[in-house]
Amino acid sequence: MNSAVIPAPDAGKAAVERRLYFRRTVVNRLALVLGCAAALFGLVFLFWILWTTLSYGLKGVNLDLFTKMTPAPMSAGGLLNAFFGSAVICLIAIVIGSLLGVAAGTWLAEYAGNKRIGTVTRFINDILISAPSIVIGLFVAIVIVMQFKQYSALAGAIALALLVIPVVVRTTDEMLRLVPGQMREAALSLGVPQWKVTMQVLYRAALPGIVTGILLALARITGETAPLLFTAFGNQYWSTDLLKPMASVPVVMYQFVGSPYESWQTLAWAGALVLTVFVLLLSLLARAILLRNKTSHD
Amino acid sequence: MTDARLAIATPIVGATGREVAPAGATKMAARNLNFFYNGFHALKDVNFNIAEKRVTALIGPSGCGKSTLLRIFNRIYSIYPKLEAKGEVLLDGENILDPKYPLNRLRSKVGMVFQKPVPFPMSIYDNIAYAIRHYEKLSRAEMDARVELALTQGALWGEVKDKLKQSALGLSGGQQQRLCIARAIALRPEVILLDEPTSALDPIATGKIEQLISELKDHYTIAIVTHNMQQAARCSDFTAFMYLGELVEFGATETLFTKPTKKQTEDYITGRFG
Repeated sequence: MNSAVIPAPDAGKAAVERRLYFRRTVVNRLALVLGCAAALFGLVFLFWILWTTLSYGLKGVNLDLFTKMTPAPMSAGGLLNAFFGSAVICLIAIVIGSLLGVAAGTWLAEYAGNKRIGTVTRFINDILISAPSIVIGLFVAIVIVMQFKQYSALAGAIALALLVIPVVVRTTDEMLRLVPGQMREAALSLGVPQWKVTMQVLYRAALPGIVTGILLALARITGETAPLLFTAFGNQYWSTDLLKPMASVPVVMYQFVGSPYESWQTLAWAGALVLTVFVLLLSLLARAILLRNKTSHD
Repeated sequence: MTDARLAIATPIVGATGREVAPAGATKMAARNLNFFYNGFHALKDVNFNIAEKRVTALIGPSGCGKSTLLRIFNRIYSIYPKLEAKGEVLLDGENILDPKYPLNRLRSKVGMVFQKPVPFPMSIYDNIAYAIRHYEKLSRAEMDARVELALTQGALWGEVKDKLKQSALGLSGGQQQRLCIARAIALRPEVILLDEPTSALDPIATGKIEQLISELKDHYTIAIVTHNMQQAARCSDFTAFMYLGELVEFGATETLFTKPTKKQTEDYITGRFG
């Protein structure tokens, strides 16, 4: 008896459902296509950049690149002094920046907490993260270079360290705050003092994240040109004196790529290629550290 | 499990040369204890005793203050700002709320295990050895023995003895919780506080922890907060029923569950609210 009554509304309901389902299918496909197109658009440029760097850069990659100094115009040479300078300046910057950054991040996460001073510091730090690097460069130029009337590798390293600090502060702060509060309670309830708990338990739990933050900061500063222009300046010759101007890859690239000399342009592209590969490897390393940690936690 | 019973049969507390009070004497006591969360009056004039080498359970509906009370007994609450305890908590007659009472000594005497198992991100061995190293300087062999003893007492030795160097994060939830108990035991505390130790565990793991509790009470004074009334009935000697920050009724577990004197207690244990 029921079956005689129900079919009519059921048929109407089914039709509505079909229409709704059709609409959802169309919207779903549309969104999928748009999403894929957007992703493709981004990837195209990424690979284009990689391809350009590779095709122009490979021409300049040979043994001379890593064994000879930057040449005079129209003559052959390499980028040894620039690679060395970049390595030294970035190393000093990452050491200074990581030490100060991790310390400040720890203070924020473990001691300042949600106090007003912590909130204000976090806010200022976030502003520093997005500060234009050329402004940092100018600041160091005035405060250090002008004072000593001398361009120096050390001034360049300090400028880069100022870029590293806010990034490391933020990752350290965030990674420590991700450690569950119960782990702090468990460790403190054993009678271990807070500084020991932080150094021995919490750092261990947050370490992969902090290291990743440091690696990403390193990846960022290896390509920075602006902060080095008025600080480390540049040097055509081999120099290991931290208190004298020192060459660096981005600054050499900046000078060479805009020059009319073909040998300089080739070297600039080769430098670009080496930088790109280095940053790519750093990113992969950072990713690997995070992934390995994730699997061992589950 | 059999390993554990054998080891527990030898008295450890007595062996350390510590004076052993008779079982059942008052080990810890709260006297006119009041607690404030940022001004909110969370515990109101609480008075009760925790008996030596007995299991004392704290039951009551969510938010009644039972965890708050437990967290005062080793002053773990003091790591957060704006929390305040007034009154006295006595441990062997000394007031631990006195700021002069050394936190170090308090926490080495009163261990705590939390609701969620939180192994430290290090090896199983180091999880146990970590806190011991903070208090004592032991040779390699002595430390090995201490770790084995703690894990045995925690009823975990048999399952982990071949992978002591592996990360403790790879253990199952129940094993992690037994590791946390072993970690607390390793310091040779006198009192162990258990804050809902089985609420994140499955029934089998819960059974193992409950059995462990009944074995441990021969040597340790235990206070346990639980949401599970059957658990309180199964493994405690004394039970305190709390409601809205007040201690409503306290007595021998059997009496409290069979002949409660207060109406609120009866309503709660018969499941009329909570």
